[in-house]
This record gives sequence, C-alpha cells and structure tokens, in this order.
Amino acid sequence: MRDTLHRFFRAARGAGVRISPAESIDAMRAVAEVGPADRAILRDALLLTMAKSGEEKAALAACFDTFFAHPDFEQAPAANDDEDTGGGKNETSAVPVDGSAPGEAPTAPELGTLAQMLLSQDRAAITAALSNASNAAGLTNIRVFTQRGLFASRVLEQLGVGRLRDDIDALSASNSGDAERLTTALGSLRETVSEMVSQALLLYGREEKEALRNEILRNAPMARLEQRQIAQMRVLIRQMARRLRERFSKPRKRQRRGHLDVRRTIRRNAAWGGVPFMTAWKRRHRDKPKIVAICDVSGSVAQVSDFFLLLIHSLHEVVSDVRSFAFSGNLIEVSEVLEKNKPEEAMKQIMSSVGYGSSDYGRSFVDFEKGFMSAITAQTTVIVLGDARSNNLDPRADILRRIGERSKRLVWLNPEGRMGWGFGDSEMPRYATFCNVVRQCATAQQLERAVADIVATYQ
Amino acid sequence: MAESNSSSASIEAVERSLASAGYIASRQIATAVYLAEKIEKPILVEGPAGVGKTELAKAIAASRGLEMIRMQCYEGLDEAKALYEWKYAKQLLYTQILKDKLGEVLGGADTLDKALNQLHDFGDVFFSKEFVEPRPLLRALEQPMGCVLLIDEIDKSDAEFESLLLEILSDFQVTIPELGTVVAIVPPTVILTSNGERDLGDALKRRCLHLHIGFPEPKLEERIVETRVPGVSAILRKQLVGFVNQVRTLDLKKLPSVSETIDWAKVLVLLGASELGHEMVKDTLNVLLKYEGDIEATLPQVSGFVAKAGRQGVFG
Repeated sequence: MRDTLHRFFRAARGAGVRISPAESIDAMRAVAEVGPADRAILRDALLLTMAKSGEEKAALAACFDTFFAHPDFEQAPAANDDEDTGGGKNETSAVPVDGSAPGEAPTAPELGTLAQMLLSQDRAAITAALSNASNAAGLTNIRVFTQRGLFASRVLEQLGVGRLRDDIDALSASNSGDAERLTTALGSLRETVSEMVSQALLLYGREEKEALRNEILRNAPMARLEQRQIAQMRVLIRQMARRLRERFSKPRKRQRRGHLDVRRTIRRNAAWGGVPFMTAWKRRHRDKPKIVAICDVSGSVAQVSDFFLLLIHSLHEVVSDVRSFAFSGNLIEVSEVLEKNKPEEAMKQIMSSVGYGSSDYGRSFVDFEKGFMSAITAQTTVIVLGDARSNNLDPRADILRRIGERSKRLVWLNPEGRMGWGFGDSEMPRYATFCNVVRQCATAQQLERAVADIVATYQ
Repeated sequence: MAESNSSSASIEAVERSLASAGYIASRQIATAVYLAEKIEKPILVEGPAGVGKTELAKAIAASRGLEMIRMQCYEGLDEAKALYEWKYAKQLLYTQILKDKLGEVLGGADTLDKALNQLHDFGDVFFSKEFVEPRPLLRALEQPMGCVLLIDEIDKSDAEFESLLLEILSDFQVTIPELGTVVAIVPPTVILTSNGERDLGDALKRRCLHLHIGFPEPKLEERIVETRVPGVSAILRKQLVGFVNQVRTLDLKKLPSVSETIDWAKVLVLLGASELGHEMVKDTLNVLLKYEGDIEATLPQVSGFVAKAGRQGVFG
C-alpha cells in the first residue's frame, strides 16, 4: 500500500499538484485511518489532505481516476501481504515472478510460471506479476515518449517472456492447442504492457515534459515564436503574472512603520493619565506602482510588445494604474482596448489601427508629448519598449529627456541584443543617456525580471 | 478490510450525529470531520457564501456537546484581539494599591543596587496569569473539555494574522513571551472558513485539511430543507429546490445558495403555498436574489423554470 501511495504522490506531482513531504505524511495518516477498501472514501481522503485549492482538487481527482484505473491496484496489496518482503521480489528477476499463488496445483510442471498463469487464466496472479514486473523495470522513471519501447520490453523481460517463448516452441510440437492459446495470450499481454507503459508515461512523464517545454520557452526569443508556441507563451505569461502578484501584492506593514505619532499616542493613552502604554506610529506612505507603457508595435517588436502588455495588464493587484500606448508610425492610447477585450482580440484591434508600419520614434514621441504628457506624474514609471530603430528619421531624444525629467523612473526595454545597439539606424545610445535603466528584453525570463525590478522599486 | 469497514461505518456515524444536530452533511464533509478528529488537523472550509460553512462548526459543537468559540476575522485583527492582552488598567491599579507595600519591601535596602535586587526577587508579579485577558484563541486552548474553535472568514484578515495562527494550528499551543508556552489541555477541533476573497498562504493551507463545500446536489438540498423547514410539503420542496437549481445555471452576480433556499422555503410556508406558482415566485424572488440586476435577469425565465420544476414535482 505504501508503495502504491508513493507512486500516486509522484503521479500527482506530475499532474501539477504541489505535494510537500508534510502533506504526503498527512495523506498516509489519513489513508491509514480510512483504509483502502472503499475507493470513494479513499478518494475523498486524499483530496482532503493533498489538494489545497479548487484547481488542484480537479487535477488530483483526474489523476486519481487515471492512476487507480491501473489494473495493478486492487491486487497488488494482496500480493504484498502474501510475500511481505518487498525486496525479495526484485531479486528474483532471474527466476521471473516467483508464483504469486504458490499453493496452486502445478498443472504442467515443465512450463514456466508465466505460461502456467496464462493457461490457467489466473487474473489476479497475472495482475500481480505485471505490477511486480513494472516495479522491477522501474516504470515510474519513464520521462519521454521515446522511452516507451524500451520500458515495454523491460517489463516483458521481467515477466519472463523469454521462458514463455521457449515454452511455446516446446508445446507447438506436443500440444498445439495450448501453444496457440499461449501465442494469443502473449499478444494480449504485450498490448496490456504497452497500455500500462503509455499510462505510466501519462502519469509520471508529464511534469518533466512541461518543465522542459516551459524552460525552453522561457529562454526563447519572443520575437521569433511559432504560431503554436504563442498560445503556450500566453499561459506562461499568466503564470508569471501570478508569481509577480503573489510576490508584490502583500503589503508589508512593518516596513511601513515611520515616526512616533505623538498626537495619536497621547489620545490613545488618555485613560491612563497620559502614560504612554500603547504607542501609535505614523505610517510611511507608499505608492502602488503607476506605469505608463509606450510600446513599439512595428514589425519584429510587435510580438514582444504583445506579451509585455499582457503581463502588465495582468498585474491589477500590484499595479494601481497602467496606461498603455502603442505606436509604429504614430501613437495612440490602447489602455481601454486592453482592459475591455480578451488579449488576443485586443492585440488584433491594436495592430489593425497602428501596427505593422515602419516605426517613427520621433513622430510618436511628438504625439505623446502633445496628447498625454499629463499622464506622467512624479510617481510614474515610464517604460518604453522598442528596438529604437527609427529608420534614420529624427529621433527627438529631447522629448524623451523631458519624459525622463517628469517621471520617477524611465526604463527602456530593448528586444535587441546589446551588440546591435547603435549600429545601423539604431538610436539606442542616444536614448539611453536619458533613461534610468536600459535592459535587453528578448526572452520571457528577461521580461519577468525587468517587470519584477520595476515593481520592486516601489516596495 | 475489517478496519476499513469500520471506518466507513464511523464516517456514517459522523454523518448521523451531524444530522441529529440539524446539519445534513455530504459524505465528503463527513469524511473531513472524521479525519480531522482522527489525525488532529484543522479543517479549512472554502466555498461560496451561504452553503453552511459556519453552520458546520456549530453542528460539530452541538453533536459533540462541546462549547463553540467563534472568532470573526476582519481587517486589522491583531494579536491583542485574537490571542491575549495584558489587563493594563488592572496592572496600573495594583501598582497604585501596592505602592505602600513596595515601600515596606524596599525599606530595608539602603543602596539602589540592593533595592533593585530585591525588586528582581519578586519576579514578574505583574506579568502573571492573573493579568492576562484571554481572547478567543487562548480561551480555546484553556477549555478543560476541549471545544470547537471556529475561525470565521480568515480571508478577511491580514496576511500577518495568518502567520500568528500557524503555531496554534500545527501544535495547538501559543507562546506568550512573559509566561511561556501555553499548550492546549484538550486539542480543540478547529474549523477555518474562507470565501476565497484572497489566496491564503501555503503555510496555512499545508496545516489544514482542505474541504470545498459547493452547492449541494438537489437530493441533499431537499433533505436540508426538510430538516430546516419542517412545514414544507414534499411536492413544494422538490419544486423549489428544482427551481433554485435552475436559477444557479444563470449567469448572476450572486447565485442563491443553501441559506437563501431555506429562507425562501420559510417565506413560502408563511404564505401558505402548497405548490410553486408563477405569481408567488415573482413576488418572493427578492428573498432568493440579492441584487436588482439579478432579479431582472431572472424574471423573464421564471415561467419556464416554474413549469420545469412543476414537472419535476410530478414525475421526479
């Protein structure tokens, strides 16, 4: 039972439920209380102890159903009880599967155990043998789908398929009926094993696969994603937003404590003749971040801007006030579009009105100064996202200087590598002099760090 | 196998004893209550408002014959209001009264050092049990028979308060710097409720069994109405539960939950209804729905819902 539970914990982690050792101990204690007999109660007990949110409950319930659809569960504990030394089974791999039902009459003594089991159609014994073999083959270590063949053959080997083949050969001469039955049985056994392996891959391989995929995605240049990766990237960006929210949305009061508030202290302690038993403190005022985002949506930068805007607009709890502007040839405000629509549609709308042109930084800055300079206050962080390639038009760095002077901080995020700054029509060095921070921002990871740093300056 | 049979039997027993206290529990809830008692863990109950999260705690207390200590959480709740407080006024008063005595005690000392040493000998007279005002959490630990501690709407409190709870939840003890650690005489059964207004910390969640109570199945809800509002006829009960379940499929701001169903059943009984009628539903919809917009959205659907519920009443 304990092994089964351990495997279930691994499967649950694969399904995205975070289970700490403490939770697994709780789950064990709970199972020890309710016992494994009633599956519905077992399910409830595991859900109660392991899952800690609605989503986790759903994921874990699905995982439970897949896991215990596994044929080995019902029989495996019984087999363990019979032999009661778990280690013994693994050592006997040379003589595969020492009969799980030793009391049974040996029908044909010259046959191997597997052949006997198949002929007598002893389902319980076969199931037990299957689970023992999969344990011995280390099926829980399966990670990627290319390993399926390898693990299937390992399990079959542990089951003693070699001996079975010999038996079939021997029988085909003497008892062709049995030989035929065994051949069919071997076929279905293969199928069962391959199903088992596929299921194991589903249960134990998922975590690794997703972790790997996300890791690749996080470090891939956002401007050059394939269409199908874009949807995955959106999911990743949402996760990032959640992380940032969790990190920055909790107010830290202790840090905010300022000077002694003399007036309130005296008033509060009036009952004790003004002896200050209880002190009152002033709170240091702390702003939530106010952000003005100015995003280039021309050509190659558009995709990065898309993700950036998605991230910034998913930070409601952390950021009190975001105003977003998009430009390529000219500049418009896009805050409302982003707030009201789903991100995919919003981006489409934005692109159809200003996107895909050749970028003109000078004109866009002029547009901004004319229409929206009042959006910037002394508490605002201005983030400009763009490659600073202005097609040799006037960059109007003087406007950027004024923006920098008006705002708390001016941050420039450039999706291009530092190597390219200043070459060709890139105006980056000229703009950089007026920015507080200039960072490269090509991958999701860089984007997350950049935004985290911006929010952290307000803490 | 025998022990697990007994476990499912004892889960049923929990279900029955809760029912005797007027709380119809689903099997999940009963399992949670059973496990909480066996492995001594608090239960964190989440779910929409009005599905009986707080009632559960009351029912557990009633079924076990224990006292229920309730702590309502709100923003700004702190140690002094939840755990304990020093009785400042009493301390002050006692120092005044004992002033003369102090003079006597210190009279023998001729230097400041000696006087100080003598004072030290008296120790922390003013920081002893007598001067502690126990608040709900400390009180729950001090109950000689054990009790049910309900920490209501934990999501309304600040994140710091959560951390304060951790010691109580995992070890059933609190540490008062001046007195030391107070350990529970009998570990209380702790129920925490949350409406999911904010995400609770992992540390808190890890220490609890997590129980989600959603809207009950129609069958269960009928039983709940049956126990809570005994005057309702069987047909009306089926119809009104059927109606409420249909309303829950709409996209409303606040879906009617069990408490609303019960209130509505009471109203219908008062009005002397034996079956659900269109006009009556339209007149009493404000019991079920709490927002004007929700009522407006539901009104056009009432006839269809009543007809459907009526059919359920006949055939179901």
